[in-house]
Amino acid sequence: MRKNRKKNGYQGLLFLLPSLLGVGIFVLTPYLDVVRRSFTSAIGQNFTGLENYRKIFENTAFQLACSNTLRFVAVCIPLLLLLSLLLALLLQRLGKKGQWFKQCFLFPMAIPVASVVLLWRILFDRHGMVNALLNDVGFAGRDWMNSSSAFGVLVFSYIWKNLGYDIVLMLAGLSSISTDIYEAARVDGAGEWRIFHSITLPNLLPSLYTITVLSLLNSFKVFREAYLVAGNYPDDSMYLLQHLFNNWFRELSMDKMAAGAVVMTLVIFLVVLILTKTWGKEGHGDGT
Amino acid sequence: MEHKRKHWIGLLLLLPLCFLACYPVWFLCSGSLMGSVQLKDALAPVLGSREGYVSFPVMPLYPTLRHYVALLLDSPEFFQMFWNSVRFAGGILLGQLCVSVPAAWGFARFEFLGKRALFLLYLVLMMMPFQVTMLSGYLVLDTLKLLDTRWAIILPGVFSTFPVFLMYRFFEGIPEALIESAKLDGAGSWQIFLRVGLPLGSSGILSAMVLGFLEYWNLIEQPLTYLKDKTLWPLSLYLPQIGLEQAPEAFVSSVAALIPAFLVFLAGRDYLEQGIVAAAIKE
Repeated sequence: MRKNRKKNGYQGLLFLLPSLLGVGIFVLTPYLDVVRRSFTSAIGQNFTGLENYRKIFENTAFQLACSNTLRFVAVCIPLLLLLSLLLALLLQRLGKKGQWFKQCFLFPMAIPVASVVLLWRILFDRHGMVNALLNDVGFAGRDWMNSSSAFGVLVFSYIWKNLGYDIVLMLAGLSSISTDIYEAARVDGAGEWRIFHSITLPNLLPSLYTITVLSLLNSFKVFREAYLVAGNYPDDSMYLLQHLFNNWFRELSMDKMAAGAVVMTLVIFLVVLILTKTWGKEGHGDGT
Repeated sequence: MEHKRKHWIGLLLLLPLCFLACYPVWFLCSGSLMGSVQLKDALAPVLGSREGYVSFPVMPLYPTLRHYVALLLDSPEFFQMFWNSVRFAGGILLGQLCVSVPAAWGFARFEFLGKRALFLLYLVLMMMPFQVTMLSGYLVLDTLKLLDTRWAIILPGVFSTFPVFLMYRFFEGIPEALIESAKLDGAGSWQIFLRVGLPLGSSGILSAMVLGFLEYWNLIEQPLTYLKDKTLWPLSLYLPQIGLEQAPEAFVSSVAALIPAFLVFLAGRDYLEQGIVAAAIKE
């Protein structure tokens, strides 16, 4: 089968050519330039070795942004995975009705960031709707956007937007588990928890892995809500790497941006390598 | 009996969450139909003109379309930004159709030297958040004198590698036998792509388009970085600038921004699901 495909190899490259050219011009070449710049000074283009890297790692804004971004990921990803798995298990039992709920959860993906920002402002204002609700049940409200609670608002935004996406993925993962195993387990008299623990979870593991990585990548987009609600300099608790890059750009700190981009690439590249390893196990790749 | 009860517990948990997922739309729509007086009164605590907290009415007291009419008749900026958004999303998607579809076909259906490495490269690029390519994008757009033009947004978008990967997943699933039989009928590579690939991979193409539209209708980072000229800004950057003092306008234009995305979601929700799944889970 693959022999036939191989014969016309150069034609495959022809199909790819426009895309390759564009990627080369708009991404690869300038990126190499960025790598070069990460080793030179901002003005004068002198080779400075790892000076830029030292500078960003000593930069307090960079440290703050890194730790916030890490904290954000460490809180959001487990929370999102747990919630979506729980809901997917529920929806799976509901059958046809589950389909309706699933689309309901997907809906936030379609709501433009710009539209939802209006609601966010009114919800999380000091005199906003969330505080009204808290006040009614006897709690003191707080200034959500200008205190460390801003981090919580960010987490909420992310979960709200991505829950449907992850539920769809979880449902797909669940449905790929053969029903025969479940039936065999039931015949053997296994309880719900035991079935989940010994069948569902281990069989879901490969999907769980890719779901984690995709959720991680989607987490970068939370900057949109954060920026539109709180601007360039939000509360310290939600100052992310994305804010920092944006501010470096406005200050034209090319040297720091270059070094930061390279560091970020390396971190993400590591993640991708692990990801392709797991995809590889399923026989993914170049048809081998 | 026990099974039935569990059902109910599940529903009790699901319904409030569903409400949470869909409430923003209700909020925006009812707000956009409210009269100025009711809206102003409801938002007074946020605007600082009254003590206490906002209690947003569930329904407009006297529903009115006046603000919609006002938006349609006398807000030229809104339309300009709206069309900017349409041009960005439309331009990028059209470009992707011309560039990414053949590229995905090339990856899915041919073997050539260096394919594995190239594919890995595309995969890595797809994973990179905007911040990584922000500076390189700026440098190249500056060199090409494209900064502060529509092309600064459209061209980099066209060469995004995500749709290539997504469509690759669908093209790969086309049975080899179909292609073989087309070959026996004397079809060339290009004809096979057009007559077999495109129709059979259409759900993949549509998935990429639906996901792409939802992405590009929400452009924030790119225009913020590459466009200083505010008349070129998309709706997504312009909308949040309307302050709460102009609440009616803010509500109506938020709904207007929602409508295209909502229609795409309604028409393409099955493809959206397929697209989400295809990027993550191997059938």
